[in-house]
Amino acid sequence: MSEVAIPREVQVPLEGFVGEVLGALGDAVIGVERCDERRGFARIDPQRTVEVARRMLAMAGTRLATATGIDVRDGIDVLYHWCIEPQGVVVTLKVLAAGPEMTVDSIAPVVPAANWIEREMHDLLGANFRGHPDMRRLILDDSWPEGVYPLRKDFDQVRDRPPLPPAPPAPEEALP
Amino acid sequence: MSHKTMINIGPFHPLQEEAEFFQLYVDGERVVDVDVRISYNHRGIEKLDESKTFDQVPFVVERVCGICSASHPLAYVQAVEDIAHVQVPERALYLRTIVNELERIHSHLLWVGLAGHFLGYNTVFMWAWKYREPILDALEVATGSRVNYANCKIGGVRRDMTDEQLKEIDRLATESYGPVEMLTKAVIDDPVLHARLKNVGVLSKADARAYGATGPTGRGSGLPIDVRRDDPYAAYDRIDWQVHYEESGDVFAKAKVRLLETLEAVKIIQRAVRAIPGGEIDAKVQNIPPGEAVGHVEAPRGETFHYVRSDGSNYPVRHKVRAPSFNNIPTFKASCIGQEIADVAITLASVDPCYSCTERMCAAVDAESGRRMFDFAQLVKLSQEKTQRLRRQL
Repeated sequence: MSEVAIPREVQVPLEGFVGEVLGALGDAVIGVERCDERRGFARIDPQRTVEVARRMLAMAGTRLATATGIDVRDGIDVLYHWCIEPQGVVVTLKVLAAGPEMTVDSIAPVVPAANWIEREMHDLLGANFRGHPDMRRLILDDSWPEGVYPLRKDFDQVRDRPPLPPAPPAPEEALP
Repeated sequence: MSHKTMINIGPFHPLQEEAEFFQLYVDGERVVDVDVRISYNHRGIEKLDESKTFDQVPFVVERVCGICSASHPLAYVQAVEDIAHVQVPERALYLRTIVNELERIHSHLLWVGLAGHFLGYNTVFMWAWKYREPILDALEVATGSRVNYANCKIGGVRRDMTDEQLKEIDRLATESYGPVEMLTKAVIDDPVLHARLKNVGVLSKADARAYGATGPTGRGSGLPIDVRRDDPYAAYDRIDWQVHYEESGDVFAKAKVRLLETLEAVKIIQRAVRAIPGGEIDAKVQNIPPGEAVGHVEAPRGETFHYVRSDGSNYPVRHKVRAPSFNNIPTFKASCIGQEIADVAITLASVDPCYSCTERMCAAVDAESGRRMFDFAQLVKLSQEKTQRLRRQL
């Protein structure tokens, strides 16, 4: 099982268009890991995810491509991937859902595109999103047990697979 | 007095190849809300990839979807090549372009056929699938297989193509131009289709952006976004081609964008085959250093997005796959509400939702009695009847 420590908060110089985008977020950016012609990776203040999302969506040509959740030593690392067109830039903003609660503020009320992906990260990794408008299950079946997160590093597909639920009774009316 | 009814579409239906579940809430004939439940066939590919070596992952991700089986591996290998700072040989870039554009033609023709069927144009269905067949043959010539091409590898492509193969691909693509052009004109000039599809299922530009719509769904709503042009990969920045987009956001716009893109794809293939340079096809990557990167590719349905993190071992620590339908299906919340039930089937179909991408299926139940009202076949029938009605009026 490989555990990856959260990268140290490195600071690389802000350059070019990606530098302008990250610079516009001001001190909400607490660490820049990569900033080159077409890609940017930065860590943002966990208290200010909603504000950052609002600012990103207000910029010209931005859209939320998706988000990635990663099970790391100190919690769940949530990576929001923003595409900016027509510059063809992808800026990844990282925020750590730390502590036993593993909670960050949901950006779904501001960016509808985050709705499903936050539900997915909640289902598969157990990250919690404060203020999400509709945190029902999206990926896992309703019969899947609570508190079992199949995309965590310590989940073994053979050892930890929950038993299948009992088969539902046969429908009275045959399907046409 | 209003009577709200819930219509279930899904999760299993013989018309659809996989499971997905839509619930439409209707008031009389109008849709007032939509809810979607996905993942009846979740295969855990992201988890599986963590136990595969970097070289094995392309063969897993091309099985995400039989139709996008060139786009997913390409997005993945581009992310890994970014981590390892690989310079891919020119010839490999052109070969990737050819296979990806063949894939676009066959996917769009498949969609045109299905959309025709939903509207009661079964001739369109027959024609589109007939013209799709030679493209699958061309893919077989190019890669040895009609689906799951096993073409991409980190650092290049797995198989070279001979001049005879390239000529045959050129011939098959060129021969399909005429029929596709005819199909395009038949759709764009048909007064019944204008009446049937214009102002149906409108997705506004602001909604498209907020929901992160990609591909033809976004381009039909006036977002001129295309990864091939904006963040060029393969040989797209070396070939002359253009992005088609429409402002109106209705089903007609999405159909027109897809058809024009199909023609553009034929042109891209012709130009790529004629301009392809000789040389190596593989950069022979030895190992993948620690790091992280994203790769994205314009698949037929929209942008497919991959994120890869490496810790320097042979296995990816994390591989995130986001298929285009995952972003496009939630746009139903914006485009279906306020529609008539008869327009729902084609509005749902207009984003070309892919089960493998995300998942689906359909029946209609009276909210109070629990009696089944419609299933998806009946929704398609309603849709076809509306076309007939319009045809008689014109």
